Amino acid sequence: MSSQLAEILAPFKGKKGVTIPALQQVQEELGYLPREAIDEVSKTLRISASEIYGVITFYAQFRTSPRGRHVVRVCRGTACHVRGGGVVLDQVKIDLGIDENENTEDMEYTLETVACIGACALAPAMVIDEDTFGKVSPGKVSEIFASRRGDN
Amino acid sequence: MTHHEGNGNKRAMLVCEGTGCVSSRSVYIREELQKELTNHGLADSVEVKPTGCHGFCEKGPIVIVEPDGIFYCNVKEKDAAEIVESHLKGGTPVERLFYKDPATKTLIPKYEDIDFYKKQQRIVLRNCGHINPESIDDYIGVGGYEGLKQVLSGMSPEQVIDEVTKSGLRGRGGAGFPTGRKWAGALKSERTPKYVVCNADEGDPGAFMDRSTLEADPHAVMEGMAICGYAIGSNHGYIYVRAEYPLAINRLKIAIEQAKERGFLGENIMGSGFSFNLEIAQGAGAFVCGEASALMYSIEGKRGMPRVKPPRSVESGLYTMPTVLNNVKSFATVPVIISNGGEWFAGIGSPNSPGTAVFALTGKVVNSGLVEVPMGATLREIIFGIGGGVMGGREFKAVQTGGPSGGCLPADQLDLPVDFDSLDSAGSIMGSGGMVVMDKRTCMVDVARFFLSFTQEESCGKCNPCRIGTELVLEVLERICEGKGKPGDIELLEEWSQTIIKGSLCGLGKSAPNPVLSTIRYFRDEYEAHINEQRCPGGICKELISFSIDEELCKGCGLCAKNCPTKAVILFEKKQPVKLDQEKCINCGTCYDACKFDAVIVK
Ligand SMILES: Cc1cc2nc3c(=O)[nH]c(=O)nc-3n(C[C@H](O)[C@H](O)[C@H](O)COP(=O)(O)O)c2cc1C
Ligand code: SF4
Ligand code: SF4
Ligand code: SF4
Ligand code: FES
Ligand code: FES
Repeated sequence: MSSQLAEILAPFKGKKGVTIPALQQVQEELGYLPREAIDEVSKTLRISASEIYGVITFYAQFRTSPRGRHVVRVCRGTACHVRGGGVVLDQVKIDLGIDENENTEDMEYTLETVACIGACALAPAMVIDEDTFGKVSPGKVSEIFASRRGDN
Repeated sequence: MTHHEGNGNKRAMLVCEGTGCVSSRSVYIREELQKELTNHGLADSVEVKPTGCHGFCEKGPIVIVEPDGIFYCNVKEKDAAEIVESHLKGGTPVERLFYKDPATKTLIPKYEDIDFYKKQQRIVLRNCGHINPESIDDYIGVGGYEGLKQVLSGMSPEQVIDEVTKSGLRGRGGAGFPTGRKWAGALKSERTPKYVVCNADEGDPGAFMDRSTLEADPHAVMEGMAICGYAIGSNHGYIYVRAEYPLAINRLKIAIEQAKERGFLGENIMGSGFSFNLEIAQGAGAFVCGEASALMYSIEGKRGMPRVKPPRSVESGLYTMPTVLNNVKSFATVPVIISNGGEWFAGIGSPNSPGTAVFALTGKVVNSGLVEVPMGATLREIIFGIGGGVMGGREFKAVQTGGPSGGCLPADQLDLPVDFDSLDSAGSIMGSGGMVVMDKRTCMVDVARFFLSFTQEESCGKCNPCRIGTELVLEVLERICEGKGKPGDIELLEEWSQTIIKGSLCGLGKSAPNPVLSTIRYFRDEYEAHINEQRCPGGICKELISFSIDEELCKGCGLCAKNCPTKAVILFEKKQPVKLDQEKCINCGTCYDACKFDAVIVK
């Protein structure tokens, strides 16, 4: 892994203000930020690991544990909330059998919530990987997961 | 200002590829249209191009045919053949895809005749949905980069700032600070390098104006930033975009490359000696980073915690250098202010808040979408005139503006003219433009709880009144929603709110109590019903409600059963009223929303 890390981090070496983009790039490639990656970022950017942990814990985007193959993100923004986003989230939890920020046992799915995905006019909304689903209802949630199970 | 045509008079089909329409497969629709045109030998005479959001996402996917001005909504891939064959080839537009006015039930072929568009005045959103955001030629074709050209070919920095000051433009990020004055402050400072920063963090959860502007018209924002750079003497700009907006980031990257190629960015722009470069910085999911000083720390790679002011950013901002930070919409307005003159802009809207306001109109409203109106338009004109009123004809209860920093206004405020000052005195704020409509089935205590759980989670923790205060207020709101509120809780909320306001450093803390205070001010009776009678008048708080069926009204259509997540609806014969199994019912309210006959009762 360390050669892969070195490659990911090479463009950031010797630059100022690149802690966040560097971490974003590592997470993009590895899916999360394992300990050794954080050590490597620390070495490459010459910033203490504790400062990097400070940054990681501050920003919601960063994760220090692995995620499932597909990430389900349910919007908990205002527009979605008033149109029943809470019930949609409940249904996703039931269908996947997991809580927020958990992975399914087979590592197929990770469930997250997000402040807003900017598709508010189609509330309630959720995203699976890159695909946005608008105007979802509990019934539609179950349909989506059922058809995905069929596809796989 | 209309820019109907792309290049010349060639026929064009504009396919919306904003986030909303993409989610309903508009990219595939564009491919289908292209294929059909080729099949019919029309590929050379008709151009198919993607655009950003038209603002009417609710009716998406949207396809517009120019120069005819025909507006097709809810288009599907399988409609492509008919559109090309009947309309483009045969000259007969496809009626069944026209917009149908919900009130009059008439079909409206042209977008300029649809109430939703007709009643808007689009300045910030001038190009949104009308040009291909990935083509700099499209932008230039509608007068793009003329403002920058004008500035560089003969205006002094002071003249540019004078023009912006004359326009009366106030920052569109929420606080409404005069843009001209901000720029003048940065010009005065002699330390270099100076920076120009665009705030595209759009933290208000339920707002998407900035996202749509960047996705639909990225060059306008960049041109505004370059003009600002020239005016204050800065050669370097950052656009801080939240990471949840991958499409916006991608379009910006393309636009920056194109602008560099054409010499609108980079060294010695148009031979003027002025150089300006732009970089994108991605946010990482912290609401507080929308605050100016926190945002700058975040660009520097640090934890985004607001700092004490003074010094102001224009004296000591990014990397402690003089910095101008403006919102996406502020920058996008600048090029037209230069082209049309400050006086033109000052003549629009209300005297103290000139220009237009852009709102993301969402929630329980018929026409969700992006709405731009002159400042001073009333809430009623926006929600009912343009928005078409409340979904399902239900009763209007409140409108929320300003997101987590804003407040909720009741029906008797509907005739309030909307601008920075009026909203402020009504107990809400303009904010960056979120406007969420709420109907009868909304619990105002739950809304306050919702916002407080957001701000409590997003507090950076630097000030105790903000960190601990929001937690305490949230606890009280939660217990009220559970029916465990105590007499005196309302007063407690008010008292703690004042403590938070007084003891907080930044706008997050200072405005966090607004949703609580405004709901107490206008909907005190709902708080009292929860506390004194363990009753939720909005029918939302799960611990306090139960659902049942009105057997007189129920038609036995089964729609509720189809949607109930726990199969708690018991169906009998067709046309016989259904029953709810209270053991299985989890009080989610899906059946209530599904029923078209108002047969579900919530108590
Ligand atoms: C907690 C907090 C969040 C904010 N979020 C945003 C935001 O997402 N977008 C924005 O433009 N301004 C936001 N602001 C306001 C900025 O601090 C700043 O006033 C604004 O970006 C200045 O630009 P303008 O003068 O063009 O409005 C926020 C302020 C606070 C206190
Ligand atoms: S008011 Fe809240 S968010 Fe703002 S600096 Fe203080 S603790 Fe942080
Ligand atoms: S409230 Fe929800 S769980 Fe209960 S019957 Fe209606 S849909 Fe089913
Ligand atoms: S949706 Fe309404 S009318 Fe239809 S079965 Fe359910 S309660 Fe009855
Ligand atoms: S509030 Fe859910 S997408 Fe914006
Ligand atoms: S995304 Fe197509 S109209 Fe908004």
